[in-house]
Amino acid sequence: MREISCESIIQTVAEMCVEANLHLTEDVSGALHKAAACEVNPLGKQILASLEENLEIAGRENIPICQDTGMAVFFVTIGQEVHITGGSLTDAINEGVRKGYTEGYLRKSVVNDPLLRVNTKDNTPAVIHYDIVPGDALKLTFAPKGFGSENMSKLYMLKPADGVEGVEEAVLSAVRDAGPNACPPMVIGVGIGGTFEKAAILAKTALTRNMSEHSALPHIAELEERLLKRINDLDIGPGGFGGKTTAFGIRVETYPTHIAGLPVAVNICCHVNRHSVREL
Amino acid sequence: MTKQINVPFSREEAKSLRAGDYVYLTGTIYVARDAAHKRMSEALAAGEPLPFDVKGQVIYYMGPTPAREGQVIGSAGPTTASRMDKYTPALLDLGLLGMIGKGKRSQAVLDGIVRNGCVYFAAVGGAGALLSMCITESEVIAYDDLGAEAVRKLKVENFPCIVVVDSEGTNLYVRG
Ligand code: SF4
Repeated sequence: MREISCESIIQTVAEMCVEANLHLTEDVSGALHKAAACEVNPLGKQILASLEENLEIAGRENIPICQDTGMAVFFVTIGQEVHITGGSLTDAINEGVRKGYTEGYLRKSVVNDPLLRVNTKDNTPAVIHYDIVPGDALKLTFAPKGFGSENMSKLYMLKPADGVEGVEEAVLSAVRDAGPNACPPMVIGVGIGGTFEKAAILAKTALTRNMSEHSALPHIAELEERLLKRINDLDIGPGGFGGKTTAFGIRVETYPTHIAGLPVAVNICCHVNRHSVREL
Repeated sequence: MTKQINVPFSREEAKSLRAGDYVYLTGTIYVARDAAHKRMSEALAAGEPLPFDVKGQVIYYMGPTPAREGQVIGSAGPTTASRMDKYTPALLDLGLLGMIGKGKRSQAVLDGIVRNGCVYFAAVGGAGALLSMCITESEVIAYDDLGAEAVRKLKVENFPCIVVVDSEGTNLYVRG
């Protein structure tokens, strides 16, 4: 049994909230710089240059990259040998969000009830996905999610006969519909298989993957490459004004599914695809 | 074409802008997003005055992060305009001249833009840190309780945006 205190979790989560909102991981910032050098559409090129400057200002002046500092999403992998002391893990994560968003000057974008809509004023509660694994480590992945792009995400319950072509059409149709609303260049997370909710969680997980890598499954790696090319041929471009940089990357996650189904979830993210990972 | 213009601007100036123009705005603009639009629309329905006279003005769809000590405003980029579509035609008919946001608009808004000779600009989505540098003053003028969604009056200097829909209805998002 390894003990991990709520206090250390609160502190870690608060730091992650600020870090993710001020700095992008290298795979995403690297993709931005590469696209800025390669884009040929003049307005697209100008927008990518603005985004590079924006990133630089965010880091230098301590201003969030984007004003939508998101709803706080966590993927928590907890070793079954871990014992949390001093309170509940969920409360500790929410307390960390409260602290990070308040002390870090991040925007409070959460309302208490989807219909009554009163702001909770501290960006809680977070959306937390738990996974219990062997071992004694606690791994936290924080992925704040802006809603300009979240709102453009889609879930399709395809038929097995739709096959890989159906999957590709579904992804392209979601990206086409998202267009300028999702602050392109986008980053796309796709979940294929499982059930209705499993596909959506897979798609969100995919967004936390390294965008410069590909799936370990050869047929999925090929699908990622083919989809990225087709997405970048859509001519949505930076800001939606045309160009070949419609997406920086796409990652696909899969899971076994039912004989009768082919669920496909497309989680759209913008170029501000933020995350921070810590292991305690 | 790159243009420098002062805000507020006249209807003639609004009509002179063309989809695709890269414009730097200097002057005063107002900020309102979802919850503020809902309240303004309720005020109109109840025959009450709006928190500011929209006539001849530009509204920026935005909800900033809080300012740190010594900063005018926090990150301050555009939000998706389509969520305001339901409330916008009424404001255009009341004299609102310009809107700054990002993303597509409804047909009713596009019609309102042409009917009234207005303009819809996009600012670069996800460039909130950069855009905050062009804001020299920020004051909450109404609905303070809405936090990030309060109505603000901003002074901007060389605030960059792109004309997406011009007064003739030409739409930069529609190509090919
Ligand atoms: S979609 Fe992304 S870049 Fe655009 S406003 Fe939302 S969080 Fe910011």
